[in-house]
Amino acid sequence: MKKSSLTILLMTFLPSILMAQGSTDLSTENWMTSPGIIGTFILIAIVVLIAVFILSVRVSTYVESMKKKQFEKKNLEFSEELIRMDESEIDSILEKRKAAKAYKLSGNELGSDVLAQDDKGMINRVTHEPNNPLVDQKKKSPLSLETPEKLKKVVIYYIGASVFWLVFGTLVGQYAGMKFVWPEMDHLSFLGFGRLRPVHTNTVFWGWASLAMLGLGYFVITRTSNNTLFSYKLAWRAWRLINLSVLLGNIFLMAGINNGGGEYREYIWPIAVLFMLGLIITFFNFYKTVATRKISEIYISNWYILAGLLWTITLSVIGYLPNYQDGLGETVIQGYYMHQGVGMWFMTYTLGLVYYYLPSSLNKPIYSYSLGVLAFWTQMLFYTLIGTHHFVFSPLPWWLQTVAIVFSMGMFIPVVAGSTNFLMTMRGSWRQISSSYVLPFFLVGVIFYFVGSTQGSLQAFRFTNFVWHFTDFNVAHSHMTMYGIICFLLWACIYAILPKITGREPKQFFVGIHFWFAFIGMFAYMLSMMAGGTLKGLSWIEGNPFIESVILMKKFWVWRAIGGSMMFISHLIFAYNFYVMTRKQPELEMQVAASIQTDKTI
Amino acid sequence: MFNFHKNHRNLVIVSLTVYVFLSIIIAIIPAYKLQTVQPLPNQNPLSVKEQAGLKVYVAENCAACHTQQVRNIDMDKMWGDRPSMPSDYFYSKKRLDVWKQSPSILGSERTGPDLTNVGKRQAGVEWHLLHLYNPRIVVKESIMPGYPWLFVEKDSTQISKNDVVVPVPKKFLSNPSKKIVAGKKALELAAYLQSLKQTDLPEAARPAFIPASKVKTITATGGQGALPDGKALYAQHCAACHQPDGTGLVGAFPPLVGSPIVNNTDIDLYVKIILQGYDARSDFGVMPGFAEQLTDEEITAIMNHERSSWGNKAEPVKLEKVKSIREFVMQLNQ
Repeated sequence: MKKSSLTILLMTFLPSILMAQGSTDLSTENWMTSPGIIGTFILIAIVVLIAVFILSVRVSTYVESMKKKQFEKKNLEFSEELIRMDESEIDSILEKRKAAKAYKLSGNELGSDVLAQDDKGMINRVTHEPNNPLVDQKKKSPLSLETPEKLKKVVIYYIGASVFWLVFGTLVGQYAGMKFVWPEMDHLSFLGFGRLRPVHTNTVFWGWASLAMLGLGYFVITRTSNNTLFSYKLAWRAWRLINLSVLLGNIFLMAGINNGGGEYREYIWPIAVLFMLGLIITFFNFYKTVATRKISEIYISNWYILAGLLWTITLSVIGYLPNYQDGLGETVIQGYYMHQGVGMWFMTYTLGLVYYYLPSSLNKPIYSYSLGVLAFWTQMLFYTLIGTHHFVFSPLPWWLQTVAIVFSMGMFIPVVAGSTNFLMTMRGSWRQISSSYVLPFFLVGVIFYFVGSTQGSLQAFRFTNFVWHFTDFNVAHSHMTMYGIICFLLWACIYAILPKITGREPKQFFVGIHFWFAFIGMFAYMLSMMAGGTLKGLSWIEGNPFIESVILMKKFWVWRAIGGSMMFISHLIFAYNFYVMTRKQPELEMQVAASIQTDKTI
Repeated sequence: MFNFHKNHRNLVIVSLTVYVFLSIIIAIIPAYKLQTVQPLPNQNPLSVKEQAGLKVYVAENCAACHTQQVRNIDMDKMWGDRPSMPSDYFYSKKRLDVWKQSPSILGSERTGPDLTNVGKRQAGVEWHLLHLYNPRIVVKESIMPGYPWLFVEKDSTQISKNDVVVPVPKKFLSNPSKKIVAGKKALELAAYLQSLKQTDLPEAARPAFIPASKVKTITATGGQGALPDGKALYAQHCAACHQPDGTGLVGAFPPLVGSPIVNNTDIDLYVKIILQGYDARSDFGVMPGFAEQLTDEEITAIMNHERSSWGNKAEPVKLEKVKSIREFVMQLNQ
């Protein structure tokens, strides 16, 4: 009930934004696609929804009254039974109750005078300071999972490379961000802002997030198919191709050779082809593994992972084919490409990972399988159609813009379905969240999945676009989603799986520091860019000289640099944690660990 | 029917087919349709030099901070006379070469100004070269990075006749004894930026701006005598060259402080320069005309600001006088 009233609230609130601009559309030719008309359709839909709501309230009142009657009937039966009983029977019942009421604990049931002993050597560590001043003591990972040595190596190497690209990519991002504050930091062509910006975005996209996702995917695919990987050789081949493409791509970008500046397809095609080949090989490998699975069902994670790969391959082919990209054709494709790059690749694939790693770290099944399926198909339908919302008010066809805006609202369906599913899975395990170092990452990621995506949909409206488009607000949005959602969820998955397959835990203190630095840093980043972006947009609407909007942003750019530094520091700590989780164990310890493991499996 | 839960082949085929189908409808067909767009009747193709400049623009990724689209909303009026149209991009958005596709010059962020009409705002090459070498020479508050690698440092003895020397003020030079000469790429880029002008369209053929819901009423409330804010207009149109404090830049833009033209009681030449631009002095850069961009009220406001600021103490000018000079100048042109 809560959920439906929330959706109704949202749906009544949103069209009013749409309707508010109905008056600004002067042309009467395309009346069918004008926002006012579409708003009206939505309003009608709301009326229908409200009707359904009222009907369901009526039905439930009727059911309630039926229940009440039943209850009264039972009461009557009980009174009659009491009257029928004889006095001695009633007395004995009352005596028993009296004794029960008078019962008291002696106070030392759980204690003992005997000294504690650890006969079986089960205690690992004794501490006299259970309360860590900075981060809570969290539970250790449960038993390690038996993983084929070869798969383990694949997972670790994919994640290892991704960690390297994360540190490199965010170092570049941090440096580029500082250029807003000190534009004359250097005078080297290959460190120019225009060249570094795509180095930052492409490295964290194709280097960090993509490799981490693939590495985590190898484990999910094999585990949920109860199968061994189809080919380890292909996994290594894809690893080399993708790393090579990011490495070469960055070198070319810094040398000033790019594909034309379209965001996220700045790599020239020969380099993008390397990446595409990597994805094609991975898809083939995953598909073959799923196809020979040892169980009949395909787990929902694999839907998302396989489709994410497939859609992204299609996407990059469409993004790079030259036949229809002269003039504004390129702009249509750019909107499509940059939006889908985020939606069909990072979002889809990462959701697939969460469908496995979240329930597995909570040790319970996902709340609703069907919601996952619903989110899957609606993700494909709505996400695909909304790319042009990056070009609202541009010279692109008006109908294309309108479709994008309307379906941006449709995005509520997969987003609400997905986030509800995850939150309901967590429900009842909140205690576990505070005692685990993995789950807080999941919680933040899931909350941001809802908040960031909803905010993005709202931003697509013409009114909000009016204020925010072209300002730094967009930068805030992209970090809220790519960082708040994708990075946090990937970290959650990595912390969930690595200790289990390597048997080595990260130091909890450092995981805590990683979490808080990333979280607070992102908040500083996000809020400063949102506030600054809004002020900037308002200054433009006022018609002030442009330079004023630059001057007013300066303090916000300083805050952004501070937030960015915290985020970068958290990545260094994450890299250290990765090292702790994967470093080679000394020979002796290995043997002990192995024997412990065999003990436990017995 | 499909049994997606158990049939991996159906799952993969259906999700791929539907996705491809949607992509064709939402991306490929609209993109194809836009291939038939024709240039406007009087639109100029890019010259070889300007095309080369576009490539520098792409290589340095200027589009990371600069847009090139005038949206059909009121606030974008400061960037162009009309909203951009698909035809505007006919020459500039073609495939660059085998390796690079059509450049994404529309941009997605406006950290710096929109460049659709920058060739009209800044017509002279001197301004562009100074600005590219170090933007803070001309705009003190700018946060745009400089592009010194597009320029060459030379001794004054090495300078040949064909070299374009950029009059960089001493304090911006790392080595004050050297001269800064514009490199080939800097000249190409400047030529491209100068070429960025909206093609004129007759009033009737222009797409309309969506009017802002909030109508500015500054002029209406003040009655006849009220003029727009001269200081803000000066900041927007003039300060980039003549500087916010009216001192200009030696060797590039003349000072307005104590200028005989600005402070003269006879304002004929003064108004004429603002309307038509000025290129009579070899020691300074070219000034573009502002006849189309500024109304008489705005020109009067700017003039009064200039005549009463930074120590200038000339009498205010009258709107009627400016109007009559404009009429006279326009007649001469016909």
